Amino acid sequence: MIKNAMTKLGLTLAVALTTLAPAALASSGGGKLPAANTRPDNIASVQRGAKLFFNYCVGCHSLQFMRYSRIGEDLGLTEEQVMGNLNFTGAKYGETIVSSMPAADAERWFGKAPPDLSLEARSKGPDWIYNYLKSFYVDHSRPLGWNNTVFPGASMPNVLWEMQGVQHAKMSAAHDGGEAHVEGLELKTPGTQTAAQFDETVRDLTAFLQYVGEPAALQRTKLGAWVVLYLAFFTFLAWLLKKEYWKDVH
Amino acid sequence: MQNRINAAVAGLQDWFNYRAKAFGPMYRKHMSEYWAPKNFNIWYYFGSLALVVLVNQILTGIFLTMHFKPSAAEFAPGISQAFASVELTIMRDVEWGWLIRYMHSTGASAFFIVVYLHMFRGLLYGSAQKPRELVWLLGMLIYLVLMAEAFMGYVLPWGQMSFWGAKVIISLFGAIPMIGDSLVEWIMGDYLPADATLNRFFALHVIALPLVLLLLVVLHLAALHEVGSNNPEGVDIKKVKDASGKPLDGIAFHPYYTVKDLFGVGFFLTICAFVLFFEPTFAGWFLEHDNFVAANKLVTPEHIKPVWYYTPYYAMLRVVPDKLLGVLVMFGAIIVLFFVPWLDRSPVKSYRYRGWISKIALALFALSFIWLGKIGAGPGTDPIETVIGRVLTFIYFAFFITMPIWSKIDSTKPVPERVPAHD
Amino acid sequence: MANEGVNHGRRRFLTATTAVVGGAGALAAAVPFIKTWLPSAKAKTAGAPVQQDISKIEVGQMVITEWRGQPVWIVRRSQAQLDALPSLNSRLRDPDSKNEDQQPKFAQNTERSLKKEWLVMVGVCTHLGCSPKFHGEIKPEPFDAEWKGGFFCPCHKSRFDMAGRVFDGVPAPTNLKVPPYRFADDKTLIIGVMPEGAA
Repeated sequence: MIKNAMTKLGLTLAVALTTLAPAALASSGGGKLPAANTRPDNIASVQRGAKLFFNYCVGCHSLQFMRYSRIGEDLGLTEEQVMGNLNFTGAKYGETIVSSMPAADAERWFGKAPPDLSLEARSKGPDWIYNYLKSFYVDHSRPLGWNNTVFPGASMPNVLWEMQGVQHAKMSAAHDGGEAHVEGLELKTPGTQTAAQFDETVRDLTAFLQYVGEPAALQRTKLGAWVVLYLAFFTFLAWLLKKEYWKDVH
Repeated sequence: MQNRINAAVAGLQDWFNYRAKAFGPMYRKHMSEYWAPKNFNIWYYFGSLALVVLVNQILTGIFLTMHFKPSAAEFAPGISQAFASVELTIMRDVEWGWLIRYMHSTGASAFFIVVYLHMFRGLLYGSAQKPRELVWLLGMLIYLVLMAEAFMGYVLPWGQMSFWGAKVIISLFGAIPMIGDSLVEWIMGDYLPADATLNRFFALHVIALPLVLLLLVVLHLAALHEVGSNNPEGVDIKKVKDASGKPLDGIAFHPYYTVKDLFGVGFFLTICAFVLFFEPTFAGWFLEHDNFVAANKLVTPEHIKPVWYYTPYYAMLRVVPDKLLGVLVMFGAIIVLFFVPWLDRSPVKSYRYRGWISKIALALFALSFIWLGKIGAGPGTDPIETVIGRVLTFIYFAFFITMPIWSKIDSTKPVPERVPAHD
Repeated sequence: MANEGVNHGRRRFLTATTAVVGGAGALAAAVPFIKTWLPSAKAKTAGAPVQQDISKIEVGQMVITEWRGQPVWIVRRSQAQLDALPSLNSRLRDPDSKNEDQQPKFAQNTERSLKKEWLVMVGVCTHLGCSPKFHGEIKPEPFDAEWKGGFFCPCHKSRFDMAGRVFDGVPAPTNLKVPPYRFADDKTLIIGVMPEGAA
C-alpha cells in the first residue's frame, strides 16, 4: 500500500511537471534563434568576455547593478587586475559599473540612450544577445550606417566589425505589393577573425553578460546539488519513520 | 539519574499544565485525538503542504522587507528604488539575498500549485458537501485573499510586468458603471500606477493581507476539526465507533498523519529545491523575462499577461468581446466556486461512487481550466483560439450551473458503512 | 489497530534520527537568513579605506574625518603634549595599552601611534558612544586642574589623554580605539588598512 502511494505520488508530480514544462519551454524560446551554447560556468570564457565588454561596450552601456569588486571576486581577479584592465572610468573598486557617456549626449548621438545591460541576459536571453551581435549589416539608410536582422532598426552600430568584418544584406527581389526584405547576410570584407573565431568571441561576451545577469548563479547551482541531496535523504528517513508507525494501521 | 530526569520533566509538565489548563485538551482535540480517516491518499498531502508554503512565505517575506524599498522614486535614470532594491540590493549586495528572494518567488507559484490541487481534491471527493460547507467557504476566502496577496506581491519589484500588470488589473475595476473611473484612481492614488500605489500595495502585501490570511487559515482548520475530515471514499467514519467513542476507521492525527505529512513535506521540498536552485524562473513562468526590465510607463511590453496562476481567468476576460461582461465573467468564474456546496445535489460524496456523467463533467471542467490557463498565457492573437476559449468558458460555467441537475440524476453506487479493505 | 509486536527501539531510533537530521537542516537553513544582516556589498564599499591629506595640519591642530560613518580624529601633537604622556601613567586605567582590542599591534606603545607626532583615533567614547571634545591645551580645566591636554566627553564626563588613554575613575572602561591606518607618503594618510607588512 505504501509502495502504491509512493508510485501515485511520483506519478502525480511527474504529470504536474510534464504538463507545465513543455509549455514553459515553448514560450521561453521566443523565436527560432540558433542556440548560443554559452558556458557561463567556464571562468576563462567569462573572463575573456569581461575583457571584451570593457573594451567595446562600456563606452556606451552601463552595468549599474554590477560592482567591479564582485567581478574581481567571482572571476578570480585581483583588485589591481580589475582596476588596471577593466576599470577605465576612475570609479572606486566597490562601485557599480557606470558608463562614462553622459545620457544626454547618448540620446543625441544614437537617438535613444543605450540601455543598461545588467539584466539583458535575463530579459532577452543569451541566444538573443549572441545572434544579435552577429547580425549587423551595412545599411546606408540608417543614421549610423548599420542595421540588424535580429533587431531591425537598432540604434547601435556594429562595434565588433573589425573582428567580424563587414556584412552586407542579400535582398530578395521586390515582388508585387511586397517590399524587398533581407534574405541573408554575406561577409563582403573579412575581419581580423575567422567566422569560427568570431563565434567564440561573441560567445564569450554573451557568457559574460549571462554571468552579470545573475552573479549568484554559480553559487546557486553548486549549493543546489547539496540541498537536493540532503532533502532526498531526509525524505527517505521520513518515509522509513512513516512506514514504521503505519505498521499499526490495518 | 534517569529517574531524576523523568521527575524533572514530569514536574515541568505539571507546572505548565497547571498554568495552561486549556492546552492539554486542545492538543488532544487537534493532534493526538483528532481522528482522521485512515484511508487518506496522495490528494490529502496538499493541505499540510499549503501550510508549509505559507510559513515559508511569511519567513522569507519578513527578511525581504528588511532590504526592499517600496519606492518608485528614481535610483538612476529609468530605474526605480524598488527595482534596484530587488535586483541590486537583494539579488547581489546582500549575502544570500538571492536565495531568500527565490524561496519567496518559487514559494508563490508552489502555493498556487498546492492550493489548486487541494481545491480539486475537494471537488473530487465531495468535501464541500454537508456538513463541511463552512470549511469550503473559508477555503474559498483564503483563495480569494491569496490571489490579491500574490497580485500585490508581483507589483512590488516594479518591473515592466509589475507595472503593466498592475495597470491592467486595476483598470478592470473601471468597468464598473458609474463609479468605475473614480474607483480606479482611488485604488492607485494617482492617475497611473505610481509611488502611492506601490507604497499601499506594499503595506497590504506585507501586513494587512497576511494577517487576514492567517486568521482565515486558523478558522479553516478549526471548522474542519469541528466536523472531521472527509476521505476518498466519502464514508462518514463517525458512524461506526468503538466503546471509547473512537471511530473504527479513524487514526490519531498525531503521530500517524504527522509522520506521513513529514514525508510529503520532504518530497515536496525536494522538488521545490530542484526548481529553486536549477531553474528559479521556471523558464519564465515563475519569474517572467519582461520583469527583469525596470518599469517604463511609456512602453508596454509586447506580450502582456499575468502570472500563470491567473491565466485561466485572464483568458475568459480576453475572449469575451465586451469590457463589462468580460470583467463580470472573470469575477463570476471565481465567485461561482463559493456555491459548490449547494450546487452539488448528489447523495454521495466521492466520485468513486458516482456515475459516468459526473466523471465526464469533472474531467471536462478540469480540461477547460487547464486549457484556458494555456490560452491566457499565450499572445491571444489567434482567432481560432478565441473561439476555443469561448467554448471552454462555456464549459466552465456549464459545469457549475448545471451541477444541481447532473449531480442529482447521475447514477450512484451504494456507499459502504466502513472504509473498504482494499484501501 | 494493534500495538502488540511494536519494535519500540526501532521507532525511537527513527524518530531521533529524523529529528536530528531535520533539525540540522533547519539550523543550516537559518544560516543564510542570519547572514543577510551582515554589511552588504554596498555598506562595505561605503566602509572602504579613506584617504586624508595631512600636509596642511599644523602642530596642535585636530582634523576630523569620517571612516565607516564614524568620526576619526587626526591630531598633530606638539612635543610638549608628547612629553607629558608618561607623567600621566599613574592616573590612567590602562597606561600601557594592554587591552589588545583597543588598538592594532603597531600602536601598542606610549604614543599609541605609528609615528609619534600623529595621533589617529576613532572619536567615539568607549562608554556609550558619544564623541568626546578636543581640549588640546596644557592648562587647568574645570574638570581637571592638572590637565595635560586630551579629550573630554560631554555626555558622562569621561576623560582621555593625548594618546586616547582613559583616566581612572571615569565611566568609560577602556582607552579610545585606534583604527588600522598607514601613511601612503608624508602627506597622505589612509585610514582602514594596516601598514605595509603588518598583519
